[in-house]
Amino acid sequence: MICTKTILIVDDSASMRAMLRAIVDALGDYLIVEATSGFEALRLLPRDHVDLILTDINMPDINGLELISYLRANPNYKDIPVFIISTEGSAKDIEKGKQLGADEYVVKPFEPAALQQLINSYLKK
Amino acid sequence: MSEQNSTHTKATQDFLAEAEEIVEQLGSELADLSDMAESGELNPDVLNSIFRGAHSLKGLAGMFNFRGVAELAHNMENLLDWLRLGKLNITQHLMAVLFDAYELLNTLVRVLTSGDETSMAKEIAACVTKINACLAPPEQQGSVSPLETLGLPAHVLNALTEYEEYRLKDNLAKGRNIFNIHASFSLITFDTELSAITEILKGCGEVISTLPSVGINIETNIDFELLFGSKCSLDELEAAVGRDSFMVTQFSSNSVRDEPVVSPKHVPADVVNAHVDAGGVSTVSPSVTPQSPGDSPLLPSPPLSDDAVLTAKSMSRTVRVDIGKLDELMNIVGELVLANSTIAGVTTKMRNEGFSHLAIELAKAAKGLERKLSDLQKGVMEIRMIPIGQLYEKMSRIVRKISREQGKRVELKFFGADTELDKLIVEDISDPMMHIIRNAIDHGIESRDVRTAQGKNEKGTIRISSYQKGNHVVIEIEDDGSGIDVEKVKQKALHKGLVSDIGTVSDREAIEFIFLPGFSTNETVSEVSGRGVGMDVVKNNISAVSGMVDVETRKGEGSRFIITLPITLAIIKALIIRCSGRTYALPITSVLETLLMTGRDIMTVERKEFVQLRESTLPLLRLEHYFDICRSDEPPKEFYVVVVGVAEKRLGIAVDDLIGQQDIVIKPLGESFKRFRGVSGAADLGDQRTILVLDIGGIINETMRSGS
Repeated sequence: MICTKTILIVDDSASMRAMLRAIVDALGDYLIVEATSGFEALRLLPRDHVDLILTDINMPDINGLELISYLRANPNYKDIPVFIISTEGSAKDIEKGKQLGADEYVVKPFEPAALQQLINSYLKK
Repeated sequence: MSEQNSTHTKATQDFLAEAEEIVEQLGSELADLSDMAESGELNPDVLNSIFRGAHSLKGLAGMFNFRGVAELAHNMENLLDWLRLGKLNITQHLMAVLFDAYELLNTLVRVLTSGDETSMAKEIAACVTKINACLAPPEQQGSVSPLETLGLPAHVLNALTEYEEYRLKDNLAKGRNIFNIHASFSLITFDTELSAITEILKGCGEVISTLPSVGINIETNIDFELLFGSKCSLDELEAAVGRDSFMVTQFSSNSVRDEPVVSPKHVPADVVNAHVDAGGVSTVSPSVTPQSPGDSPLLPSPPLSDDAVLTAKSMSRTVRVDIGKLDELMNIVGELVLANSTIAGVTTKMRNEGFSHLAIELAKAAKGLERKLSDLQKGVMEIRMIPIGQLYEKMSRIVRKISREQGKRVELKFFGADTELDKLIVEDISDPMMHIIRNAIDHGIESRDVRTAQGKNEKGTIRISSYQKGNHVVIEIEDDGSGIDVEKVKQKALHKGLVSDIGTVSDREAIEFIFLPGFSTNETVSEVSGRGVGMDVVKNNISAVSGMVDVETRKGEGSRFIITLPITLAIIKALIIRCSGRTYALPITSVLETLLMTGRDIMTVERKEFVQLRESTLPLLRLEHYFDICRSDEPPKEFYVVVVGVAEKRLGIAVDDLIGQQDIVIKPLGESFKRFRGVSGAADLGDQRTILVLDIGGIINETMRSGS
């Protein structure tokens, strides 16, 4: 495949980013861009073309929900699939995430294979 | 598969390192929280940050399948969530529960590094029960949320997390005004500009949420809506942030039906449009003149340094490195230094054998190499150095915990937090320091009543200061407690048969007894310092890193422990000496001077040898006697005395010859030779010769003891 797709990982925890990277890397088909905060994601987005975003919710500067609400309001990014990867897993949290425009809501801890399958289902259409 | 495995192990290591960091921060923030709770001024940001710490830890531990940590962190997070959402008030009991949970987390993370956490299941369960006991059923909130009557734009309201919602309500309940501040920044510089405005705002209120939004020019700019609660009026706020830079809208729960108060003068119509419709597709009308990047009328454009733009990409400027790798690097550097001195040796030989032209060139090259090597060595050494302040935080936690348990009030004062030491030394010194501090609180600082009765401040003080003194770092731990009861120590020494007549024992010598195994003066055994276990271990641990500990005490006024440590152990400059046909290395850090002497300079008092050093007499040690070496040759008529000293103690060591100075890398002798007295390790001299390195601290201690 010539056209490799890019996944943006947004998480303030280095080991969580490393784990997500390992999970995505195992699929072998995707490029990965990492952001350590919501702000960094906002700065990376205009520069790097991104096909899918995996974001945490609880981050120091702006949280994942605020990031998503911005992405959905911006015509440049409104169609990028966004997965929330969060420890918060109540029905209310999931509803809120989806209402703001998250495509998937993955609750930690999760099975790596399940996330891999989800990613493929969005990027290998 | 094996690769997968190794990445997993690496990932787990990364997790553990991160977990340790999170827990450490948790500890210091809990301490801040406790201070704030005492003074009654609670900063919600600190509470939220602690919550976030527990939250991250729970998520990470869950992912890495450390169930115990995850469970504990989860329960802590719950409790903290209640606190930050105002469902609970901070009490002393609650703080104690949080501190206990933190201590357990700290232990758990350490246990994980070496083994598994299942052994701690009981403690975790007990702690979780304690946490849950704090959680009373939540009170029912009023049925009408004040937020709905506020008239905030839906997209702002929708993106609020539960916590932010609570902060908004709390601000309303405190009668603060709620503002929405709309700002537009260039995409390149938004974070520095946003933090600048956030800083200003924090000075006069609370930033409740920061919502990025879509403005007029999405290609070059990014807009933000800051929800802000403050006692300031609209006018005051505008004056504070710069009247023409931001669009400020005020909301208040009283003006239910009214339109929000917008500062009308400076708002271009299209901005209002974009602002209102920010949730939908861009509504910019084509008639709007596009702004050039960085030329936004909403922008205060503070002068921005080049740095800010250049560093835009990387957020973190530090790397985490395994200390083992640094050790390895240090070893290699050490060997390079040796290799280089071999080259220098060859150069000298060449010159002697008549290859002078080549020899000079080679000497030049070797000199250049030596300079670079010494830079490299310094560089590697600096990487290993960490400020001792990193220990201080731990200390303050211990002090809080113990003083709480004992019902004493203790203030900890730190000085010289930026004094740097080798990471390994800092690690090894942490336990002994902790022990001295524990002892100070436990035995030194009196109970509140006693202190008041003695006219002392009810609050005890422990001062920890560290500073560099030549090639050593000195750490002083000083308390204003009762001091060590020297008479009691002497009696005990007599009782234990350590001395036969206390009349001959000076106070200074008596104090040294506390460092002997099994020596404790306190009749009541406390949970904290235990019985007599400690001071001897403290001394041994400090000696293990070639350090020394001294103590000064005054009855009723307090004690001072003085720990003297080398700055690094990795590579040291040594004085190479010879004595009865053997070569030894002495760490130069403990060498004060060398003297050339003859047998006539030696005085003998009670079968002990001394030499005169200026105004004072110096005990003399003959190395061959110390190591019990039979001299095969005649001792030289003229010999050298190397004056060594650690802390305040001085000793002269008689040796046959001084060979020179050299950088050496000390390698441990291994388990079987560990009990060898007077030797701290071995070093390679670069010409395949291995020599022993003398443990000066140990030798001085031993000689002084047998001398007295």
